[in-house]
Amino acid sequence: MPVRENGSLKVWQRRSGRESLFHWLIWLVGIAIFAYCWQQISNATTWFFVWDAPRISQDIWTRATPPRWEYISQLGKPIWDTLNIATLGTIISLFLAVPVAFLAARNTTPSALFIRPIALLIIVSTRSINSLIWALLLIAIIGPGVFAGVVAIAIRSIGFCAKLLYEAIEEIDATQVEAITATGASRWQVMAYGIVPQIMPAFAGIAVFRWDINIRESTVLGLVGAGGIGLQLSSSLNVLAWPQVSLILLVILAAVVISEWVSAKVRAAII
Amino acid sequence: MSAPSTAAPLPIGQPWRKPPFIKRPWLRWTLIIGFIAYLIAAFLTIDVNWSRVYDGLERGKQFVLAFTSPDFTSRSGDIWEGMIESIVMTVAASVVGIAISIPIALGAARNVAPLPIYLICRSIIAVSRALQEIIVAILLVAIFGFGPLAGFLTLSFATIGFLSKLLAEDIESMDRVQAEAIKASGAKWTQWINYGVQPQVMPRLIGLSIYRVDINFRESAILGLVGAGGIGATLNTAFDRYEYDTAAAILISIIVIVMALEYLSGVIRARVQ
Repeated sequence: MPVRENGSLKVWQRRSGRESLFHWLIWLVGIAIFAYCWQQISNATTWFFVWDAPRISQDIWTRATPPRWEYISQLGKPIWDTLNIATLGTIISLFLAVPVAFLAARNTTPSALFIRPIALLIIVSTRSINSLIWALLLIAIIGPGVFAGVVAIAIRSIGFCAKLLYEAIEEIDATQVEAITATGASRWQVMAYGIVPQIMPAFAGIAVFRWDINIRESTVLGLVGAGGIGLQLSSSLNVLAWPQVSLILLVILAAVVISEWVSAKVRAAII
Repeated sequence: MSAPSTAAPLPIGQPWRKPPFIKRPWLRWTLIIGFIAYLIAAFLTIDVNWSRVYDGLERGKQFVLAFTSPDFTSRSGDIWEGMIESIVMTVAASVVGIAISIPIALGAARNVAPLPIYLICRSIIAVSRALQEIIVAILLVAIFGFGPLAGFLTLSFATIGFLSKLLAEDIESMDRVQAEAIKASGAKWTQWINYGVQPQVMPRLIGLSIYRVDINFRESAILGLVGAGGIGATLNTAFDRYEYDTAAAILISIIVIVMALEYLSGVIRARVQ
């Protein structure tokens, strides 16, 4: 225990001298980095606009309230599209994620040396690129529309689902698998009767969890042209129809809250 | 050995069947039928322009090929600038977001804060979690003008909701005994937090913070699409000009940085826990 001697008095200290010096250095470096970053941001900012911000935000608020409620009749189809993008995207991504997860899990991969790294690369690269970027890319390739949104959500979700799923596969109880193997089951039978029942709750939980996230993400995919309610949002923003924007934001908020509630309910029922 | 009492005795000659995942038959069939009906309805309403998709496959092939020969050089200035801006935004927003979320997390933990403060902090968290980064970014760009400041504020705001919620949950599940021991020694409230609570939640705070830095970097890559600074603007331009090799270079840089961050966070989390 580090103790500082102050004459005859012994005072307890949390850290020894070297430790506290090290801590102090870390803080110094951290603050220096932050100061540099802040300076960069500050240089790139037009401060006049920032000082003007309260007036602007008040202006936007007066324009945006009250929301244009009758516009909701035009939002039915976009919301249906958004729901479809999220749901179909999740389903497709689950079909793609299951094999990737089995190839990535240490205890089921056919080859830890060659195939596992490839599966892990698929997981990392699909996870690290946001669905908006995937949508941007797919719109350039297959044209704007709901289909591009579905594919973007599907690709983006592979990494997430496969990562959680392969962690679940790695944590399964090996004795059950061994028991099935001991009955003389083939590789696929071991899979179906030894592994799948163990990961089924995790799988259902992941599917619903990802669906919830996908509802959130699909609401904004339209900003780049991939269909759904975001398309209405971006066109309203482009013509500065703030009452419509505020209504759309309310609808998106409601959709997010509802989907979160559904997913929490379903996951509680499963677990 | 006797059979478990719950399993119905099987008549001889009838093969065993897997028990279904959802036990109640009516719920199972409603879910299956409803799901199929939904799928049919969904497929009927999505109109895919297959000829457009077919035309696009050629471009898709070009893009995939571009990944084999990414062009880092011809737009290196723009990529470098955008990346630096993204990283600067990430670092600054993470620092500010974490600094703000610690007091909010303390306020949102029921065993530390009184009820009125608890409710205020919980509603801040709920608002921050319900609004998406990109929508917040659109509003902030409209208010503060284009540039990294809007992105920085967006990411800080999003960090608050994420970090405070998880940290508050950790504070709520901490060991009461240690905290009480500090209190019994006559510590003031600040000392109690500093010596009784903080050491218990520190490993989790560090782990969550690093994870959030990782998320913030990924998000900062798209904020440029709505004018909030960062690499997204460069990426968007590259797509618009069909410069797939430059876009591939940007995407590869993002993936590499995310992988490096993930590796780093793994190492740091293993050390603190």
